[in-house]
Amino acid sequence: MSSSSAFNDEKGGSSSVGEPEYGHDPASGGIFSSDYKRHDDLKEMLDSNKDSLKLEAMKRIVAMIARGKNASDLFPAVVKNVACKNIEVSPPRPSRYRDISQTDPNQLIRASALRVLSSIRVTIIVPIMMLAIKEAASDMSPYVRKTAAHAIPKLYSLDPDQKDQLIEVIEKLLADKTTLVAGSVVMAFEEVCPERIDLIHKNYRKLCNLLIDVEEWGQVVIINMLTRYARTQFLNPNANESLLEEGGEKTFYGSDEEEGKEDKVEAAALVVKRKPYVMDPDHRLLLRNTKPLLQSRNAAVVMAVAQLYFHLAPKAEVGVIAKALVRLMRSHSEVQYVVLQNVATMTIKRRGMFEPYLKSFYIRSTDPTQIKVLKLEVLTNLANETNISTILREFQTYIKSMDKDFVAATIQAIGRCATNIGEVRDTCLNGLVQLLSNRDELVVAESVVVIKKLLQMQPEKHSDIIKHMAKLTDNIQVPMARASILWLIGEYCEHVPKIAPDVLRKMAKSFTNEEDIVKLQILNLAAKLYLTNSKQTKLLTQYVLNLAKYDQNYDIRDRARFIRQLIVPTDKSGALSKYAKKLFLALKPAPVLESPFKDRDHFQLGSLSHLLNAKAGGYQELPDWPESAPDPSVRNVEVPEWTKCSSREKRKEKKVEKPFYSDSEGESGPTESADSGNHTEEQKKSTKSKEPKDRSDSESEDEEESSTESSESESEEESESDTDAKKKKKVLLSISINHTLQGTSLRYYILKKWRIYVSFCVALLLKCSFPSPQAASPTCGPLKTYELLHRITGEGLAVTYCFSRRPFTGDPHMVSVQIQFTNNTEVEARSLRVLEPKLQSGMRIAEFPEIDVLPPGEISTVVMGIDFCDSTQAANFQLCTHTKKFFVTIQPPVGELMMPIFMTENEFKKEQGQLMGMNEITEKLTLGEGCRGDHVIIQRVISTANLSRVPCGSAMECRFAGKTVTSGSLVLVTVVTKEERAAQVTVNCEKMLIGTMLVKDILQALSQ
Amino acid sequence: MIHSLFLVNSSGDIFLEKHWKSVVSRSVCDYFFEAQERASEPENVPPVIPTPHHYLISVLRHRIYFVAVIQSEVPPLFVIEFLHRVVDTFQDYFGVCTEAAIKDNVVVVYELLEEMLDNGFPLATESNILKELIKPPTILRTVVNTITGSTNVGEQLPTGQLSVVPWRRTGVKYTNNEAYFDVVEEIDAIIDKSGSTITAEIQGVIDACVKLSGMPDLTLSFMNPRLLDDVSFHPCVRFKRWEAERILSFIPPDGNFRLLSYHVSSQNLVAIPVYVKHNITFREGSSQGRFELTLGPKQTMGKAVESVLVSSQLPRGVLNVNLNPSQGTYTFDPVTKLLSWDVGKINPQKLPSLKGSMSLQAGASKPDENPTINIQFKIQQMAISGLKVNRLDMYGEKYKPFKGIKYMTKAGKFQVRT
Repeated sequence: MSSSSAFNDEKGGSSSVGEPEYGHDPASGGIFSSDYKRHDDLKEMLDSNKDSLKLEAMKRIVAMIARGKNASDLFPAVVKNVACKNIEVSPPRPSRYRDISQTDPNQLIRASALRVLSSIRVTIIVPIMMLAIKEAASDMSPYVRKTAAHAIPKLYSLDPDQKDQLIEVIEKLLADKTTLVAGSVVMAFEEVCPERIDLIHKNYRKLCNLLIDVEEWGQVVIINMLTRYARTQFLNPNANESLLEEGGEKTFYGSDEEEGKEDKVEAAALVVKRKPYVMDPDHRLLLRNTKPLLQSRNAAVVMAVAQLYFHLAPKAEVGVIAKALVRLMRSHSEVQYVVLQNVATMTIKRRGMFEPYLKSFYIRSTDPTQIKVLKLEVLTNLANETNISTILREFQTYIKSMDKDFVAATIQAIGRCATNIGEVRDTCLNGLVQLLSNRDELVVAESVVVIKKLLQMQPEKHSDIIKHMAKLTDNIQVPMARASILWLIGEYCEHVPKIAPDVLRKMAKSFTNEEDIVKLQILNLAAKLYLTNSKQTKLLTQYVLNLAKYDQNYDIRDRARFIRQLIVPTDKSGALSKYAKKLFLALKPAPVLESPFKDRDHFQLGSLSHLLNAKAGGYQELPDWPESAPDPSVRNVEVPEWTKCSSREKRKEKKVEKPFYSDSEGESGPTESADSGNHTEEQKKSTKSKEPKDRSDSESEDEEESSTESSESESEEESESDTDAKKKKKVLLSISINHTLQGTSLRYYILKKWRIYVSFCVALLLKCSFPSPQAASPTCGPLKTYELLHRITGEGLAVTYCFSRRPFTGDPHMVSVQIQFTNNTEVEARSLRVLEPKLQSGMRIAEFPEIDVLPPGEISTVVMGIDFCDSTQAANFQLCTHTKKFFVTIQPPVGELMMPIFMTENEFKKEQGQLMGMNEITEKLTLGEGCRGDHVIIQRVISTANLSRVPCGSAMECRFAGKTVTSGSLVLVTVVTKEERAAQVTVNCEKMLIGTMLVKDILQALSQ
Repeated sequence: MIHSLFLVNSSGDIFLEKHWKSVVSRSVCDYFFEAQERASEPENVPPVIPTPHHYLISVLRHRIYFVAVIQSEVPPLFVIEFLHRVVDTFQDYFGVCTEAAIKDNVVVVYELLEEMLDNGFPLATESNILKELIKPPTILRTVVNTITGSTNVGEQLPTGQLSVVPWRRTGVKYTNNEAYFDVVEEIDAIIDKSGSTITAEIQGVIDACVKLSGMPDLTLSFMNPRLLDDVSFHPCVRFKRWEAERILSFIPPDGNFRLLSYHVSSQNLVAIPVYVKHNITFREGSSQGRFELTLGPKQTMGKAVESVLVSSQLPRGVLNVNLNPSQGTYTFDPVTKLLSWDVGKINPQKLPSLKGSMSLQAGASKPDENPTINIQFKIQQMAISGLKVNRLDMYGEKYKPFKGIKYMTKAGKFQVRT
């Protein structure tokens, strides 16, 4: 209940915008608007005698939950209805569902009961659930078995200790031969035990054959799993080609053999490699059976097949996927976005595949910018000598677009085409130079940056372009472009001997007003000119260096000091200054303009990780091809051992469905006869199964049914008390007496209601028991609570606070502090509020809304925001009740002054590289006794500071990233573990004070 | 897989949330709002947004963002496709998918979402099955429900879930048995300044409305199936028959569905049914610009070009326009600079034109870009690719159905660069 008022609070905030519209919402009731005081009405309705009123109240509660309103105060009233006589409103106990899930003659009801049971998320029912799943997994109805497969991940997330038992169930269900089960069980497999690839062997061929008839969502899961499987079991079909490509290596091996060197291992490896490649028939089976799915209407299925072909098919066959992917480009823009990302990666590896579809990637003015940029990327990747002229003509129209971000991207693309294809370099360069006279500054700036890169390839030919650019320094203001021009002039000052000193003169004049990046380049230019043309520029250089000496930025001061030592000859000047010219005017290699999609294909295509270019949680690596093929006989299935249920299913299929969709051959006569035997077996096993499937039609049978069922429940559940059994009978009677509906469908109907009911009861409960969503995720421990006002000093009013680590809704620069009031007195406390905050300069406080009344014994929670200005100084204020005032202080631990940000490993390293020197603090430590394994380390660091983990490849390192709440400065933490519990903590942060304190806190947390 | 779903309206309010596993606080959407603020246009919000603990995958339809929260690796298209399926279902149930419709039917929405996903994994997404489970709301039923307190939950057993043809509900009965097929083709084209085609493609679909009793088995054959270069099918179509005989053989779902979508190979020359003559100029130094546009039909095989709508995003420098349409009406929004001209039907004897002047910002230099012209049109009773249905046969049932086939050609993304 702790969060209740916080939620009310939230509602208060939004009510002004959202509420009026609910006036005409019949579900929430025109008369009843959703203020929380009106919950009394709902309570009344729930307590009333009329079932229709109760149902109406329930509906409204659903509507409230849907809007994220807190309805937890209604929970008691809802729970009271458990005892209600009407079965429609009352949900019975879990064990009851188990009964139904096992004994009911109708498969839909058995399945439905299992679904209800498995959506109750309470640990005490784990054994019951386990039992029910096991039973259901050997049910004769494939639909029930499918439900069992669905229940597996639910149980696993409830209690991961059940893994071994669940794997047994999965193994059993994997052997199932029906399409209904296949998708669901593979989904369970992927969630519970994706590493147990050995479970797939025996089922591989069957899965391949069933694939086309599995429902579409299951297809996606199965195809992705089989891609991984195939990578571990088959040989690389393109191995020979890659050998040819790496010609050097091949001759090395070849000569090796001719000379007859005796390294047997290597020779063996060689034989394998040189043997003409024959595709494993199972590998071929997979490719053949997935190909038709390229025609699916479901984009996810098409993408799954495309990635399978990309990762597994011989080069010559991959082409078939291009057409299907191009078709997806007609779909919704979100689908386009994902498909284009993947096409961009594919075009780097296999350009030829998409070349015929070049025109499908042409850009329309109505495309969203993010789609335009991706299409541009694809077009650039597709450019080669033959099509470059059409592509460039197309680019020319893009440059005139009104969308300036897109124009900038086009200029980059032109630059990349020019570097990749030598023939058009001059044409591109001329085109870009024309853009320098464009009216839009961003366009000019982008062109300058790209021209700079291009010129570096052959500067001697283009001194006139450099001259032209020198002129631009008068007008262009974008710092990056100015810096680029200055660098160019400095680098090639020999080509423009007259202009360069003049540019320096102008720059010296405006030095103090330039951006840092430009200042650095001015220093650079000065140094280079001093070295080549000291007569003209000596004084200018000295002047610039003097200005830089007193600059605010220490980077610039450092650079000035360094340059002065290096170039200005003094008596003390060291050995290095002799080489100054070589240092500054060394020949620099031309930059390589690369696609950002290069090397992305080490992630499985189509995956979330590929899209983000960072490993997402739960991502399964795509393994490399094996050197030699593992034994293919593991996939042999000796005798087709039909499970009884599946043969039954098959027979049913044959009766109902004349037109077979799957062209599964070969299960005709023999199965039929075997089936009857199985049938009798079943009869022995369960009394229920003798009933034909559609027996539930007549009323009389219905009665018989209920009586058998109740008697059975009595005999089965001896442990249950008599009263319970009686109640159950009553309930069952009420079905057969009160309703004229057919028995089976009614029971189904009721179960369905219960399921919806359970799910929203769970929603109700979760709302009140987990105030913080992140607390549920494994990386974050419980929140630390601090005392604001002790019970005794507060004269009965106790106040605690904690840092909830949620973004403060009103202001992103504030830390949200959750404050909990407990009234331990006998009288109610009134008008609790904040008074007279005494704050350090710059600090701000967003007070919580006044609490009108806090009744005795009650707890209330509010959230307030404080902007601590990135310092650990305390915020002082007074807490008032209607009678008293208390002086209180909130002092934040340094770790709460930051918020997590998401970063990839590469970004992390890049940012870290920019925060070296004074900004880096490193400490060694010995890890504490209980601090073993990176899991514990992660948990401790995250509980100390509000950071998020950066995914990372090495097991010895953990990285975390965040930024300070007020100024947004980056905070990067690296923990490296070594042998013998030794470890090292590194913090990179621009704010040194924060860095130092954070290191201290983390050290303490880790060495405990 | 899918943890939670938030529905966000265009003003940035979360108006519905649904959780399948545990409750994820709606504050997770703050990351979405941040991205939304950064994006200049609503459609530029990245579909996938990483946050420290979750990933947000969103789609934008009918000006509502459907934001799914996921916690671990899952193919993004899987989620996106599912979200679109949710929208389609809402549209199917409520006629429109708007904020008001969703709020009005919040209980049905909740029931639907509960059936469509089980523990975050798609369970029942076929409209036929869903309708068996949950009855679509009608006015009568809403009234009855309010009085009796019953709900929309279906009272029949949803046996469709067990069937091997899960897309078709069982026990269908009609007094009039009818099957209608619409062949709709869209032309996507980019025409350059001089009127020559840069790229043109035909994308077609066959939408069906089948109201047949029992379990009919249909076959549909084409006069010229070779035209179809790339096809994607509704799951009901038997792929093997298509591969072998180029015949569509299927047991149809009940009601409306998309049977087939196809692409006509780009090797075939695409006939462009309209041409545009344009003259849009801005003069340096003057605050006036000329605007002239004339439309005309070509290669329409004698069919009339109807419902023509021309729209163009004029440069930012244009303050206002003063134009004279020879037919239809035009509007110009001075804020968004969007010019649209509702032409109606093209009369080949008297070609529609729009002529006049544009006034530019005084003193501003002439815009260096020329606007693109987007054109929409419809041509009835013609499939521009020349695709023709040969015959439609029914097996498996005794009655004689009424069959109908309609052809139509539309402009898809049809752009003229100037």
